[in-house]
Amino acid sequence: MEPLRNGGGAEDKAWRRGADAGPPRRWSGGGGGGGGAAGADSSAAAGPSGRQRRDSVRKNRPLFPWFGLDIGGTLVKLVYFEPKDITAEEEKEEVENLKSIRKYLTSNVAYGSTGIRDVHLELKDLTLCGRKGNLHFIRFPTHDMPAFIQMGSEKHFSSLHTTLCATGGGAYKFEQDFRTMGDLQLRKLDELDCLIKGVLYIDSVGFNGHSECYYFENPTDAERCQKLPFTLENPYPLLLVNIGSGVSILAVYSKENYKRVTGTSLGGGTFFGLCCLLTGCSTFEEALEMASHGDSTKVDKLVRDIYGGDYERFGLPGWAVASSFGNMMSKEKRESVSKEDLAKATLITITNNIGSIARMCALNENINRVVFVGNFLRINTISMRLLAYALDYWSKGQLKALFLEHEGYFGAVGALLELLDSA
Amino acid sequence: MAERGGRGSGGHGSLDKSITLPPDEIFRNLENAKRFAIDIGGSLTKLAYYSTVQHKVARVRSFDHSGKDIENEPLYEISVQEEITARLHFIKFENTYIETCLDFIKDHLVNTETKVIKATGGGAYKFKDLIEKKLGLKVDKEDVMTCLIKGCNFVLRNIPHEVFAYQKDSDTEFRFQTNHPNIFPYLLVNIGSGVSIVKVETEDKFEWIGGSSIGGGTFWGLGALLTKTKKFDELLQLASKGQHTNVDMLVKDVYGGACQTLGLSGNLIASSFGKSTTADKEFSKEDMAKSLLHMISNDIGQLACLYAKLHNLDKIYFGGFFIRGHPVTMRTITYSINFFSKGEVQALFLRHEGYLGAIGAFLKGAEQDNPNQYSWGENYAGSSGLMSTSPDVYPMQRTRSGTFDMFEMDRLERPLVNLPLLKDPSTYIPDTVDLTDDAMARKYWLTCFEEALDGVAKRAAASQPDSVDAPERAEKFRQKYWNKLQTLRQQPFAYGTLTVRSLLDTREHCLNEFNFPDPYSKVKQKENGIALKCFQSVIESLDSLGWEERQFALVKGLLAGNVFDWGAKAVSDVLESEPQFGFEEAKSKLQERPWLEDSYSQWLERLKEGPPHKCALIFADNSGIDIILGVFPFVRELLSRGTEVILACNSGPALNDVTYSESLIVAERIAVMDPVIQSALKEEKLLLVQTGSSSPCLDLSRLDKGLAVLVRERKTDLVIIEGMGRAIHTNYYAALKCESLKLAVIKNSWLADRLGGKIFSVIFKYEVPCK
Repeated sequence: MEPLRNGGGAEDKAWRRGADAGPPRRWSGGGGGGGGAAGADSSAAAGPSGRQRRDSVRKNRPLFPWFGLDIGGTLVKLVYFEPKDITAEEEKEEVENLKSIRKYLTSNVAYGSTGIRDVHLELKDLTLCGRKGNLHFIRFPTHDMPAFIQMGSEKHFSSLHTTLCATGGGAYKFEQDFRTMGDLQLRKLDELDCLIKGVLYIDSVGFNGHSECYYFENPTDAERCQKLPFTLENPYPLLLVNIGSGVSILAVYSKENYKRVTGTSLGGGTFFGLCCLLTGCSTFEEALEMASHGDSTKVDKLVRDIYGGDYERFGLPGWAVASSFGNMMSKEKRESVSKEDLAKATLITITNNIGSIARMCALNENINRVVFVGNFLRINTISMRLLAYALDYWSKGQLKALFLEHEGYFGAVGALLELLDSA
Repeated sequence: MAERGGRGSGGHGSLDKSITLPPDEIFRNLENAKRFAIDIGGSLTKLAYYSTVQHKVARVRSFDHSGKDIENEPLYEISVQEEITARLHFIKFENTYIETCLDFIKDHLVNTETKVIKATGGGAYKFKDLIEKKLGLKVDKEDVMTCLIKGCNFVLRNIPHEVFAYQKDSDTEFRFQTNHPNIFPYLLVNIGSGVSIVKVETEDKFEWIGGSSIGGGTFWGLGALLTKTKKFDELLQLASKGQHTNVDMLVKDVYGGACQTLGLSGNLIASSFGKSTTADKEFSKEDMAKSLLHMISNDIGQLACLYAKLHNLDKIYFGGFFIRGHPVTMRTITYSINFFSKGEVQALFLRHEGYLGAIGAFLKGAEQDNPNQYSWGENYAGSSGLMSTSPDVYPMQRTRSGTFDMFEMDRLERPLVNLPLLKDPSTYIPDTVDLTDDAMARKYWLTCFEEALDGVAKRAAASQPDSVDAPERAEKFRQKYWNKLQTLRQQPFAYGTLTVRSLLDTREHCLNEFNFPDPYSKVKQKENGIALKCFQSVIESLDSLGWEERQFALVKGLLAGNVFDWGAKAVSDVLESEPQFGFEEAKSKLQERPWLEDSYSQWLERLKEGPPHKCALIFADNSGIDIILGVFPFVRELLSRGTEVILACNSGPALNDVTYSESLIVAERIAVMDPVIQSALKEEKLLLVQTGSSSPCLDLSRLDKGLAVLVRERKTDLVIIEGMGRAIHTNYYAALKCESLKLAVIKNSWLADRLGGKIFSVIFKYEVPCK
């Protein structure tokens, strides 16, 4: 959801920054010899009489590589399972371009100028479909999707005969490109199915021995507020709020039984989009950084600005925001606020609104646990604590806000699990 | 949450003192004003006061006829008297005029004993000192939301067509709602700088159930930052020209062309401002403003739906400066409510939304006067009507009095209620044709009223030959009504659903305004006199007929009487030129059976076969031949059958319609001649009542409470509605719980043509409710 481009970079610079050094449109030129090998391999595998690849062959197990892809409105999330239990025989038989993909992904933490591997999220020694390995979490901006497909094509990905499981709107939007440019057939999966599957799975396997799920204790007390693990045993029912570019809210009653309650277009994309317009920033990180130094009460009109204190008639505390950006109706105040203040106010506005809608949905659905996921929350402690606080305060302690460490990757994980399930 | 905040700041310096206020247009009746209230918002001030209005009314008084030669004496005496009625005045103006207005009030306030002024609104504290200094009144502050809700309840109860739904893409943008007898519970979503969501359960019980900080202040503040446009109205204008798809990320931007096959609506917004996540692209002001407008409207609509669902409410009224008459925001809010409630909840708006706070503050201060005990009616002559504030949409010339929006309500002497016999009061619509909807009909009727106007003004002047200024007042009346008609041509929705009834009522209000309370009083007097002289011979000839013949003759008499209607141009032409135009001639003008609408045979069958009705309620129409030679013989026949009769006439004058006080004299005179009527009056089998109305039409949802009580007591099982105004322009489709008879002669060729007949076609509609 949050593009990672550096300031001033036009779209075409993104994946192609390495273009001067090597062939255009590739991640970093790693695995230079892969091209030719893949070509040969591809012809061998094409015929029915061709040598069967045996690297991951077992009747009910798909061929390597195992990927799960979630192509969102702003960000592509990719999970990759790196088998660590490759036998010598497998190693020998592993086709060259498969090996090069594995090496390339696992030996780098950045791909091109915009692809990033979230190393801190890596799940180690995971057993999936009887194979042991590590799960890697990679993200890059959706507008670099063509370059990614191009790379797949150059690496002869199609020769691997793997199924590429993808979810998110982009699975549909780029399906044609995958087919024509990459000679790849996508298996398109339902976004919400994948999301829930991913959440439940990651929560069940835990985060390298730690809890995946956490909450904030004493969210209303800045001093004593702390992040604590939460055990999601018997997780149902729960309200799942996925904050990407936009927001989807799901009520989950069991693994199979869930419904999309509502959604809002005021999401991470809105925060970042408005910040770009208001402050001229160009990355999500930059926007958050600015916000962390700003003071939103200069921008927002608070209850106390109107009533001089609490509005007791309605039980509204003086510190509550009465009108987001309300002070900006006045010219003098417009001239006296900083970009940081504006970024903070934007963040507070969007976050409070999501909290508000989530709270209403929880009440309407009679659910008291609300799990917030999505990349809007990445490195965004301000929003998480505010959500925890708002939910607790306005529900008088009835609702609990929960968070998950792998924030935005659950759709991609769900897609990967679909791949394994289907085999 | 609060009223609009920003624009008023620094207002003191820019007060416009240069204007002079025309006193007969604005701040009327200040001399007797009392109980002031003021609601000061961020940019508009709303002032309320209660005043008494001296009105000329025509009174009729019976002569003592004993021993006199009644042949050459007029039937009764007409005198013009002064009557004092109560009126509520509300004026809305920009805050910049506040000082001028306060000065004006001070100069014109003569008789008041008022010591305090109730004040509400975000700006109340800012102008407190100024008000106290200028008016010498103590400012007594009232809670904003309490006032708002009090005001809302008041208009919902008292103003027909207060509520409307907004539909941009239909012929009728403003779809007015019938007042539901039970206004509670409802949700009021007030979109000021923030949003307050209030659940109102009873007159005194309401609860703030939630709100949002994303409101009008967000649109204004964030909009000003993004577009460098300072004014709220300008931001709305920008928004109405923009393309949000350039700024918002749509579902189709995420899914590509696959939306259709997936059954997704590609044009939905996936992420507001999701395309502006870049530092190196310029976005147009218009596009950003539009995107912001959608974002905020959708968000408010979504929250409102969530609250409505949680509290199980289906009526949501929207108000606050974000909404206030702006087609742009009413449209986006309506869209959002439709979308999020899947069509289950309707976004509703109020015509007098801008006045709610002032009305509520006023009511708080007027509790001693018990305003809620009375019924109130909107005075069309003194009210500006709903103006669109978007000059782009309605390029109306803004006059001086356009800067000062006005709203006046008359206190009605008696409370008005539903006719207990209405089948379904919540769906009853009095009017047959909605002229806001029907452009052809609207054009015709507006022209028709324009063409008749000179004649009406002339007649008004002629009705007061002894008054020196009558011609001048008549001209003022003419001008005022003409202007109203022009406003209605431009903005047919200005006073709620435009109907023939509202056009007629507005004319009556305008006539009253210029002290022509009853231009037809002398005509009615004369006609009543002439008709009374024929009464006995008509009765004799009826009595000589066989039963079946007599029934037909009675109905024909009722219809022929109905030809005498000064409201219809075709007839008034004849009456002006042939004053001797008689009852028999009228009968000969009537269409032969089968009539245009003819259920006479069923009616006859009913009389023949069924038991006598217990009690009949008759709504009478015209004075003279109609009431005396048409209605009374019919009443007499019903009485002879053992049916009690409630004869309902208008409380106040309208055209040549018979009024309640005239009907008393007429009945008294007939009683002298006719023993049946005499004993029925004595034994209270014939009851004369007033309708509570002064309209040539009939709204069965606003009738005098006394009438309603009587109808119930006497177990009324037949309702007879007579005349074009009451049975065709209104109530043609009215469904009742009991038998009903609607009869009229169509005296308008256009209408006759529309109904598939000719002029003087007959409508005889006998209806029995299906079991």
